[in-house]
Amino acid sequence: MIATVFVAIYLAAVLYIGIFAFRGKRGSGAEDFFLAGRSLGGFVFLFSLFGTHMTAFAILGSSGHAFQNGIVTYGLMASSSALVVPLLLLFAGTRIWSLGKRYGFMTPVQIFRDRWECGHIGTAIFAVQALLLLPYIIIGVMGGGTAMQAVSGGFVPYWLGGAVVAIVVMSYVFFGGMRGTAWVNTFQTLLFLSFGAIAIVVIGQGMGGFAPAMERILADPATAPLLSRERFPAAVFFSYTFIPLSAIAFPHIGIFCLTANRVTQFRRTVILYPLCLLFIWLPCVYLGVAANAAPEIPKTARDAVLLNLLGLHSPEWLAGILGAGIMAAVMASDSQILALSTMFTEDVFAYYGHRERFGEKAQVHVGRLFVIGVTATAYAIAQRAPASIFELASQYAFSGYAALSPLVLAALFWRRSTKWGALASTLWVAASVAGIAWIQAVIPAPPPGPPVPVWTPGGIGVIARTASGTAVFGMLPVAAMTIGSALVMAVVSVMTPPPTDAAIRRYFRD
Amino acid sequence: MPLAILVAVLYVLHQDFWNWKDARPLVFGFLPVGLFYHGVYTLACAALMALLCKYAWPAHLDDPEEPGA
Repeated sequence: MIATVFVAIYLAAVLYIGIFAFRGKRGSGAEDFFLAGRSLGGFVFLFSLFGTHMTAFAILGSSGHAFQNGIVTYGLMASSSALVVPLLLLFAGTRIWSLGKRYGFMTPVQIFRDRWECGHIGTAIFAVQALLLLPYIIIGVMGGGTAMQAVSGGFVPYWLGGAVVAIVVMSYVFFGGMRGTAWVNTFQTLLFLSFGAIAIVVIGQGMGGFAPAMERILADPATAPLLSRERFPAAVFFSYTFIPLSAIAFPHIGIFCLTANRVTQFRRTVILYPLCLLFIWLPCVYLGVAANAAPEIPKTARDAVLLNLLGLHSPEWLAGILGAGIMAAVMASDSQILALSTMFTEDVFAYYGHRERFGEKAQVHVGRLFVIGVTATAYAIAQRAPASIFELASQYAFSGYAALSPLVLAALFWRRSTKWGALASTLWVAASVAGIAWIQAVIPAPPPGPPVPVWTPGGIGVIARTASGTAVFGMLPVAAMTIGSALVMAVVSVMTPPPTDAAIRRYFRD
Repeated sequence: MPLAILVAVLYVLHQDFWNWKDARPLVFGFLPVGLFYHGVYTLACAALMALLCKYAWPAHLDDPEEPGA
């Protein structure tokens, strides 16, 4: 009950910040609603960008994954991102910002359309990006319901928790636009950054110190491998370094890059991004692993492992505050909903002439209605479909966006890239995501152990079905998908006419 | 160029096969060596980013009238 009260206070604070705070700074145009008037500065840009990139997985999923797989989780998802994501922000994010400032772009598709002088190909890219983004939004709504139910100890049922979270998110996105969303994300990031530090102290004391816990894990042959990576294939570990490439292709990150008031805001973000990752992921992964030393935690706990540890080792009032921290991480679908709304109104509504016909105010109204429509649809689907389907879909989406990264990088850095190369790369990504989904739908997953060969031309194991998914050349499919996407972009581009000199001059210095 | 090499070296160092099968030593008595390594690796990434921002910052982008690259 106390935990429910803290979460209610947290949700009220989020609503206040998103809707009422900073109201005086608001203008009325589309750029103000969708991009906060390109005015974000200071720590708001850093924390809101970081909060936008982190999903529920950063706290609940990482500890659940570490509980089952051990310390490998940190290397798979955090330290690889610590190198790749800031590099992308430094070299690609700053260029996206500059192009937005110079030419008024509000979405990545607008850059593609202008850079490659194309129309409908841009619409095809929009369709693939939007389809890959939907599962995230649905997962976010589901996460809200599940977390509310767990934090309140069952006091708030799943359907009600999901509805409350969806309405809160919808309200501040609807009223606050990008400015409200950015300030809420900043507040949420500060909350879940503090969560890690507090949780590790409280749980560490409750467990009687971490050193004895580690010795207990090492003493049991069943759990000792969790403290090394001996059970994890090195090739799969390597292929995880492709996943963070998705960051620059995510529309919500691309759009966020356009919100900074000056390019110098990227400096602080690029340098502090790895440290933010360290502060949130290291405690969560470590606590997930350490939970194996607590016999009270059931082996089926998975993503609820942190909530279980808090229930065991912290007083109820503190569990309530920490529960609010967990809610902060779960409510990450705001920027994705806003990104989808921005993309729809700019890349479809405005592009096909409706802004000229109905005016800019109508565009903002359509964007707001779109926010309601997307949130309501996501809630309706989340109530009916099993979570596992969308968990799988979001895995495909990560790989899909990583494989779309050559598209972004080619637009920004390769003069000779063409619209046909971009189309081919997009179709490759759509086909490969659909292909992997089809393989996993028709071939049942084998039990944990050696993978089952699916396609072995000439005795070479190309595709195999594994217990957790699909392997291509013994690695995650994302590696082959991304390399394939880059190759397709390169080959088709050199085979087709180059862009006009006028288009190239707009993007590249002589 | 030296910074590009540094980026490549750090990318390679992510694949720390020499720690693969070891849990010990437990650094500070409670941190498995593989996890400690990747924590330090993350700090090294932050340091590299500071160097890149100092010596490889795309300064021409500071002026929005300049073309994108």
